[in-house]
Amino acid sequence: MPLSVEKIEDGSVIDHITAGHGLHVLAILKIDEKYAGRVALVMNVPSKTMGKKDIVKIEGKIIDEKTADKIAVIAPHATLNIIKKGEVTSKNQVEMPSKLVGVFKCPNPKCVTTTEKIETDFEVEKRSENPNMRCAYCERTFTPEELRE
Amino acid sequence: MKVGDFISVRDLEKNDIDFLLDKAEATEKKMAEGCSELDGKVVATLFFEPSTRTRLSFQTAAQRLGAKVIDFGSTSGTSMVKGETFTDTIKIVDGYADLLVIRHSVEGAARYAAKVAEHPVINAGDGGNQHPTQMMLDLYTIRKLKKKIDGLNVCLVGDLKYGRVMRSLMYGLAMYKANVTLISPKGLEMDVEAVKEVKQKFNAEIIETNEMNLRDADVLYVCRIQKERFTDVYEAERVQKEFRVTKEQIDGCKKDMVILHPLPKIDEIDLAIDKSPHAKYFEQAKNGVPVRMAIISELLKKK
Repeated sequence: MPLSVEKIEDGSVIDHITAGHGLHVLAILKIDEKYAGRVALVMNVPSKTMGKKDIVKIEGKIIDEKTADKIAVIAPHATLNIIKKGEVTSKNQVEMPSKLVGVFKCPNPKCVTTTEKIETDFEVEKRSENPNMRCAYCERTFTPEELRE
Repeated sequence: MKVGDFISVRDLEKNDIDFLLDKAEATEKKMAEGCSELDGKVVATLFFEPSTRTRLSFQTAAQRLGAKVIDFGSTSGTSMVKGETFTDTIKIVDGYADLLVIRHSVEGAARYAAKVAEHPVINAGDGGNQHPTQMMLDLYTIRKLKKKIDGLNVCLVGDLKYGRVMRSLMYGLAMYKANVTLISPKGLEMDVEAVKEVKQKFNAEIIETNEMNLRDADVLYVCRIQKERFTDVYEAERVQKEFRVTKEQIDGCKKDMVILHPLPKIDEIDLAIDKSPHAKYFEQAKNGVPVRMAIISELLKKK
């Protein structure tokens, strides 16, 4: 029997999230127990194109470009729907940016971005399912999973 | 040369390296004549980490070009002990000098300094990341001794995990299509991604092994175990004792094989090898001056 989740009036729906990464998307959006709006996370939903997918619905939150870049690293096929007054006003697939500025912390504890107050800067090296991110400062490369942690 | 700062081998193209090696060669030939090219210029050498050769050869290079040198000695004599940030220190020195040479234990420190400073910055080593001027003098030495770089069998031996020199040099050698063999103790292998990158970018032949087989080597490049980057010093010493180049190991190698080392060497090369015709590391260290003169001159020419 399909799961039924009620519609939201104003907010964002992130669909086609790689299965198992819905929780990571919530973490990126900084949604925790203090968030007052309605939030739905549906995991492992059958998908024609992906086999399985996760979906996140958040009331009262419009996702900006920087956050969309972050989501693209975790879930490169995600689609972002903006809902206003119960209607979908825009629907876009997230795009893997060529650069990620000030988005993730560098996991290298010896990197200058961890010792000085500097915006991190990663170059996305491969535009594929599993891109590598190279820190512009320490020049180390990281997988999306390493950056997320 | 396209770059305005000298931070990483990854910023350079082969043409840039060729150009600088040629310039260093011409500089070396004229070095005894003296030079006033940088008369009136000030070069700051900021070593936040200990150094002997790199610091002195940069200072010699700047002075041989006619520049004055300022240096704060060790960080214990600076306002950093009062809590001054790295950013502020760079901004202040940038106001005094025409070019900044920086060594720091933090990776990416020189890249960041180059963003903060208006004047050119040279990376004299940043943690375990890069040491591009050492790579330049290594390539210079190899080219001078072997008359070419491409096609040579080069063995990089030692701590390849923490040795920034090895990381930069592998990249440079791969650019020149040298056949690189990486020989390291278990656990101190070169970063997998760094190897993958040069293989993909330059279609380079890179062999990785833990066995010290030097029979076909044209160049044997040895570096010490980077004890200062180990958390367990005893483990570092144990590894060093087990992984050293002895006279017996080089018996049977090519007659014209050369042994290089970025120095300081501790006991990773048998002392008896110092006297062998293979040992070229002292000559290599000397080459640091013309190579760094070429780099300083070129960067200040662009300003």
